[in-house]
Amino acid sequence: MKLDSKVPSGPVKDAWDKHRFEMKLVNPANKRKYHVIVVGSGLAGASAAASMSELGYNVSCFAFQDSPRRAHSIAAQGGINGAKNYRNDGDSIQRLFYDTVKGGDFRAREANVYRLAQVSVDIIDQCVAQGVPFAREYGGLLANRSFGGAQVSRTFYARGQTGQQLLLGAYQALEKEIARGGVKMYNRHEMLEVVTIDGVARGIITRDLVTGQVEAHVADAVVLGTGGYGNVFYLSTNAQGCNVTATYRAYKKGAAFANPCYTQIHPTCIPVAGEHQSKLTLMSESLRNDGRVWVPKKREDCSRKPGEIAEEDRDYYLERKYPSYGNLAPRDISSRAAKEACDDGRGVGPGGRGVYLDFADSIKRLGAKEIAERYGNLFEMYQRITDEDPYSVPMRIYPASHYSMGGLWVDYNLMSTIPGLHVIGEANFSDHGANRLGASALMQGLADGYFVLPYTIGHYLASNTFEKVTADHPEFRAALESVQQRAARLLGINGKRTADSFHRALGKIMWEQCGMARNEAGLTQALQEIPVLREEFWQNLTVPGTGDSFNQQLEKAGRVADFLEFGELMCLDALHREESCGGHFREEYQEAGEAKRNDDAFCYVAAWEFTGDTTAPVLNKEPLEFENVHLATRSYK
Amino acid sequence: MSGTMTIKLRVWRQSGPKAPGAFAEYTARDVSPESSFLEMLDVVNDALALEGKDPIAFDHDCREGICGMCGMMINGVAHGPSRLTTTCQLHMRSFKDGDSITLEPWRANAFPVIRDLVVDRSALDRIIQAGGFISVATGSPQDANALPIGKADADESMDAAACIGCGACVAACPNASVSLFTAAKIGHLGLLPQGQPERYRRALGMVAQMDLEGFGGCTLFGECMAACPKGISIDFIKRMNGDYIVGTVTRRPEKVTLGSG
Amino acid sequence: MLNFWNSSVGKKVVMGLTGLVLVGFVLGHMAGNLQIFMGPERYNAYARLLQHDIIEVTWAVRVALFVSVVLHALSAWQLTQRNWAARPVEYAVRESQVSTYASRTMRWGGVYLFVFLLLHLGQFTLGWKWLLPEYMPEGAYGNVVLAFGRPLWVVVYLVAMFFLLLHLFHGTWAVLRTLGVAEAKAEPLQRRLPLIIALVVTVGFSLVPLGVALGIVR
Repeated sequence: MKLDSKVPSGPVKDAWDKHRFEMKLVNPANKRKYHVIVVGSGLAGASAAASMSELGYNVSCFAFQDSPRRAHSIAAQGGINGAKNYRNDGDSIQRLFYDTVKGGDFRAREANVYRLAQVSVDIIDQCVAQGVPFAREYGGLLANRSFGGAQVSRTFYARGQTGQQLLLGAYQALEKEIARGGVKMYNRHEMLEVVTIDGVARGIITRDLVTGQVEAHVADAVVLGTGGYGNVFYLSTNAQGCNVTATYRAYKKGAAFANPCYTQIHPTCIPVAGEHQSKLTLMSESLRNDGRVWVPKKREDCSRKPGEIAEEDRDYYLERKYPSYGNLAPRDISSRAAKEACDDGRGVGPGGRGVYLDFADSIKRLGAKEIAERYGNLFEMYQRITDEDPYSVPMRIYPASHYSMGGLWVDYNLMSTIPGLHVIGEANFSDHGANRLGASALMQGLADGYFVLPYTIGHYLASNTFEKVTADHPEFRAALESVQQRAARLLGINGKRTADSFHRALGKIMWEQCGMARNEAGLTQALQEIPVLREEFWQNLTVPGTGDSFNQQLEKAGRVADFLEFGELMCLDALHREESCGGHFREEYQEAGEAKRNDDAFCYVAAWEFTGDTTAPVLNKEPLEFENVHLATRSYK
Repeated sequence: MSGTMTIKLRVWRQSGPKAPGAFAEYTARDVSPESSFLEMLDVVNDALALEGKDPIAFDHDCREGICGMCGMMINGVAHGPSRLTTTCQLHMRSFKDGDSITLEPWRANAFPVIRDLVVDRSALDRIIQAGGFISVATGSPQDANALPIGKADADESMDAAACIGCGACVAACPNASVSLFTAAKIGHLGLLPQGQPERYRRALGMVAQMDLEGFGGCTLFGECMAACPKGISIDFIKRMNGDYIVGTVTRRPEKVTLGSG
Repeated sequence: MLNFWNSSVGKKVVMGLTGLVLVGFVLGHMAGNLQIFMGPERYNAYARLLQHDIIEVTWAVRVALFVSVVLHALSAWQLTQRNWAARPVEYAVRESQVSTYASRTMRWGGVYLFVFLLLHLGQFTLGWKWLLPEYMPEGAYGNVVLAFGRPLWVVVYLVAMFFLLLHLFHGTWAVLRTLGVAEAKAEPLQRRLPLIIALVVTVGFSLVPLGVALGIVR
């Protein structure tokens, strides 16, 4: 497999302008003759579908939820970055670019990141025009805040519901286009296969989740905006339905999967409370602006009430270790520091898996009213879940799986290694390297959907000719049958364990061996355990009900089956990457407790190529070159 | 940590939109008060699945109260007994050991039952399609700060925009009216300068669509506001009515301009 | 205009506007009624004024009231039909959270008030003998004393006032919201002014039959 990144030559800051001019255009009258399928209706999918429809393309959009507005982008709380420099604090496109490359621990493609920083400015304009009610100052202008890992205030926000408001903006644009007839929306439809003809993506197979009908959809290009795979850990901040199926199916059809081991563990989530827990809830990172993170200095203090522990017996470990960034240290670093404290036996709360996030000082300094103004809804949410009042007792937090930086490999045009198959948003690998900075996910999803894909898809369509294909084509028929057979197989095992119980078991393996810290022994063990679990899955699974009806257990089983294969790929990638970078921390590779990168050997994108169910995937490397941000040890001290 | 609870469930089971439904009874044992309401249902469903029976179908996704996917009538109250709380964020500590809980789907003509507690809420999307947007194509609009918006207006707009589209307002309304949902969108966009050009057209279109979908009318019971997990005020319904009246009075026929192009 | 009447908001606006007309009427009517405590001459003179001296005005008012009552009742009837159709399958269990008793009795209370209105007109304006055999066209004061000399009519009247109280309590609060003119409030369900209006009207009205029943007016 040849990985051609198609990054334009010349200076990075001119690359996108140059590329935009060089790309071919589709005549306005011809656009409606092209049919594009968009899978997923989150920030990336909805914005792409709406924007392409506005341009005149004929778009079909698919979502497994009952409405495009439910996609998990909606849960993002903190904000969206934009290099507007409205605060006059030294921000610029160059600085956002620099911060993102450095924050990603030098494992992202420079040209993509630069483009992201460039269009970040347009995104804010676009969203405001759509009526996104960003927070404002009394003067009527937009408010900003600084957000995890940034020393400038470039984050725009809408209370603690920024993702919701941005998604509703994209959703409303999408509904506008649906009403106009430019987009046909398929709700409660799950994509289960990509169909390729002569190696080119020409459509998908879906299951109508209400009727169970398996259907073929033909198009000239396919776009996946299907999000990340954080649910491989079972417990994560992702929604219950988030899954790897769409991207993993594409991988099995020939799309390279890049850097699957790069997962983000978010430092501020509510700790696990019980064995039946189905999800972990994120508390916005913005809380770290005013909250101080600490654990007791002495292990024996852990069982005492936090108020009884004297100031001098508290270890404000982030402030101690990273004096210049303190409680605002980036996510990977904060998460690992919390794990270290808990591994040291100084964790608090049930099971000793938690650290305090204390607002007492801020309440003393700013008053409870101001704190309520800033974080009221988050405090309420915390209290609803834990039954504890964070105004009087410090919050307890612990890291949880949150985002996946890895994803399908794409070139500068956001096209995967399957021609015609484009991948946008969290589902691709391109912009965040090995660690994502706060408020960058929303930015990337919208950048891809509003401002990148609508250009590059035109270039793809104009550069190729498309033979007329119908759903009767042998490739479509074969794909349809394989999807039906797979469902029948899942329904026919009649074993004794539910899909959920397998998912839980897989999650435990992944969290223990491929979570915040990894090592060779653990990963090797996981690579032995996962196939055994998968074997049992196909022998001992039970799925009640039938395939031709609304069957949530069948949906779940299909997703878990893919996670059981994907987990192995993730461990394989983690095992091969013998360095520590960003969210990937190999215990063997550290220096004085800090991650140690190996740029000589691993300064590349690892793009895995599927070769068969019984053969090992092949590793392809896209070397990364840093011409503008010079490789340096990432230090937040 | 307190002990576990036993809960008696009376759940509406219905195999499809046309099928007759009926209540079935289940017992949830060893329920931890720390678990969420849906986690309690997960455990019941796991047991059903292992017995080879069809688990109780219910919609859910984010389980953090923002996606709006979940929702059911819990003892006759939309989203259950905790105010400002979606079903997924309701915790079992809100109940007592031995309680008996009746679960029903949202009931409205415009929300046909798909299965058990799952209903079809696509009518809400169609109401948005009838005008719940600002017509601006992706491109290069003016600078975001070129349009100052007073903090009070921005905040009030955000209050309305917080709607998660769960449909609890419809479920709780004795008239099955969708006025709060519709009014929230009209309020969100109508309070912003960007939303002015289409303000009255929006109100006329969205109200017409909500009637067309077969929802009831508003008689200001206020039940919607009590059920709303985001606490959206019925004051927005007042705004919707005002916009509708002004829109009716000031409406001009849309002209076809000849000779363009 | 037809779109407006056919829409749920439009019908509600018609109901609200006609309701406002009727609120104005009951306030005036109540104030007029209280003259009964000033003796038969004054009261009969008031009746003569309305029925002879300014009969043109009275007719104009009557037409306006008739139209208002018809539109008020018609829109209420049609909206109710629509609202019932919006939930064909009722909940097995439903707990009201914040809705007032007043808001929940608007419909059946309204029906009672409508029937009462017919009886009331028959008794005191049209002089239907089966309602008041001793009816005297020129003896308004006497008619009142005779009618409320019978406990049945006192009860029928007071029940009507009870529903009128509830109807006004909800209606005068709701109408400002229906017309889109109420001020936004932190607690939109609170209402003080509607309570005062409702109490003044119904207490004022009730004094008349009570006055007769207690022998103050005879």
